[in-house]
Amino acid sequence: MALYELLNLTFQFLDSFAFIVLATVGLAIIFGMMGIINLAHGEFILVGAYATTLSFNLLGVPLVLAMLVGIIATTVYGIILERLIIHRLYGRLLDSMVVTFGISLVMIQLTRIVFGNSLDQIGTPFGGISYGVYSYSAYRIMLAGAAILTLAALYVVFTRTTFGIKARATIQDEETARSMGVDTDRMYLSTFAIGSALAGLTGALYAPTITMSPDLGANFLVEAFVAVVVGGPSVLIGTSLAGGFLGTIDAIFTYVGGTFIGQVALLTAAIFAIRFLPDGITGLLEDIRAKRREAQ
Amino acid sequence: MSYPSISRRRVLAGGTAGALAALGGCLEEGGVVGGGNGNGDDGPTIGILEDRSGEFALNGTSKWQSSLLAVEEINENGGVLGEEIEVYDPDPQSDNQRYQELTREAINSEDVDALWAGYSSATREAIRPIINDEEQLYFYTTQYEGGVCDRTTFAMGATARQQLGAVIPYMIEEYGPRIYTIAADYNFGQISGDWVRILAEEHGAEVLDEEYIPLGETDFGSTINNIQGEDPDFIASMLVGDSHTNFYEQRADTGLDIPMASSTTMAQGYEHLRVEPPALEDMYVGVNYMQEIETESSQEFVDSFYEMFPDADYLNQEAQNNYFSVHMWADAVERAGTFDQEEVIAELESGIEVDAPEGTIELDPATHHMTHHMRIGHADENHEVTFDEEQYIEPSFLHEVGCDLTSESEQTQYEPEEFYDAI
Repeated sequence: MALYELLNLTFQFLDSFAFIVLATVGLAIIFGMMGIINLAHGEFILVGAYATTLSFNLLGVPLVLAMLVGIIATTVYGIILERLIIHRLYGRLLDSMVVTFGISLVMIQLTRIVFGNSLDQIGTPFGGISYGVYSYSAYRIMLAGAAILTLAALYVVFTRTTFGIKARATIQDEETARSMGVDTDRMYLSTFAIGSALAGLTGALYAPTITMSPDLGANFLVEAFVAVVVGGPSVLIGTSLAGGFLGTIDAIFTYVGGTFIGQVALLTAAIFAIRFLPDGITGLLEDIRAKRREAQ
Repeated sequence: MSYPSISRRRVLAGGTAGALAALGGCLEEGGVVGGGNGNGDDGPTIGILEDRSGEFALNGTSKWQSSLLAVEEINENGGVLGEEIEVYDPDPQSDNQRYQELTREAINSEDVDALWAGYSSATREAIRPIINDEEQLYFYTTQYEGGVCDRTTFAMGATARQQLGAVIPYMIEEYGPRIYTIAADYNFGQISGDWVRILAEEHGAEVLDEEYIPLGETDFGSTINNIQGEDPDFIASMLVGDSHTNFYEQRADTGLDIPMASSTTMAQGYEHLRVEPPALEDMYVGVNYMQEIETESSQEFVDSFYEMFPDADYLNQEAQNNYFSVHMWADAVERAGTFDQEEVIAELESGIEVDAPEGTIELDPATHHMTHHMRIGHADENHEVTFDEEQYIEPSFLHEVGCDLTSESEQTQYEPEEFYDAI
């Protein structure tokens, strides 16, 4: 019996971890690497989810293909938005918040006008995993694997490829990068496109499990912002650690006290993290490393 | 450098225009300009504040549409007391603060003769103090937890006691006495949960556990595990809003096949049409109306609704309540011979019957609630809805607590925990 309950807790953790990481990663890249606070992040996810659902329902394509459509649609949407609006906002943190907030409102209302208050939902594939009297959605556990794969792929892209090095150089020192022959304008565009694609991926992956309504993006936004703040300046490691930390808190407290207590605990943890770790978990690690270097 | 001077002139021009506009506002409000464009005096106006965006858009849109349908029917038949009814209907966007602003606007500036407003109980309680201050005739049409005893408020929807009173005893009979309650975590869900306990005790059943879930929660993995751990005979579900719909999807996905009893599902947010079958298999819901009801009066209503709004998603229970109550109000005004709200309330309290799509129903003068035809809607594995056991149920709880608005003026909401030991 105790084993089964441990499985419950583990699955709840994986579920929560996947949700936090996938909700956050697109936002973290755009914020961490480009200094744009994208308050329309939830609506990027919305584009991914709607494009997936619509292509599945209307065109009848297989789910995996529909998800691909979702990712591509969001990427294209992100590129258009970057060219039209966002590229004017680099280095203007507060302006970027106001503008993307406006974009978010326009997107929600536009979606409502065009597609109505809801879409028919895609059923969740794979069914459940049963153990003892319990069962858990196999698809939602699989999402944890998707989250880890995403993080790993991003790690490779940003550390092991020429593109990644150029992109990081642009973010660290734009002037020098440009004088070394890096097309920084294109780097910004590409990074924004990756961030958008990740939001699209999140929308596509969650499309079969959530209610399709124009304000579905809001469900992701709180977790995403909390995780970005808790994670701190290092984008990928920060997101992974924040996902692990917040996922653990959410899973344990939800397990003990129900969904309400889980949410309370998550937000309380965020308040403590902001108060005591203003630079997030990776900021703290950075401090420790710097101190160690000094001691040597 | 002419730049600064232009900008200064612009500022000046802008300032003057602003001042003029402000002055215009004063004059109009003071009634000096007045005349033809004055707001309340040129014909009867009713306020329809229903959500067309935000969390409750799914439930609110058809409430708004069917109100317009009722008004159009009335106006086509010569209006009320020979006058066309006008409608004041901005979108409150599921936002309680905006509801408060628009309610003030409707009463003070639009001078509405009657007001229909709000989907959720939280909204109703947010605007009821304003309505009480202004003594505004107000129709609240959502099914709700019950207990509102208020001189100017008329609750048109079925109450928890009427809905759960129909479905919970039926479920105990069919499936057994062990109940697990999940409900939205606000006044409606909490009080509905109390009603499940009261009904359980009255019928010799037991509530194993209850979980109150915040609005907006989307992940139900732990809730489902908790239910599986208790293994109840059926689940009483009072989940509310878009996000909570995820529960049904996840229920199907994890293979949780325990039947469910509800007062909120299908009849409001048409989950049986939105969510892929068999997510709502063996969902039983206590309703006074759904568009699937096949009586003649119901199907006539469905036909004229979709004729006026061919693109509408669904015609829900609350939309029917808006529809019949607009007609009922018009009827009461005709009988009173005036739009004066006090006299219309007196007329409504004299006892009034309506031929509603759900059947002929009557207003209970003492409590301002309706006696409803309650049915139990059941969804099968293909989400086909059938109905059992039609009962004609009175709003009895307020009688038990002694609410009699015809003799004593009150503005309270009674809660079952004050009157029952089961809680």
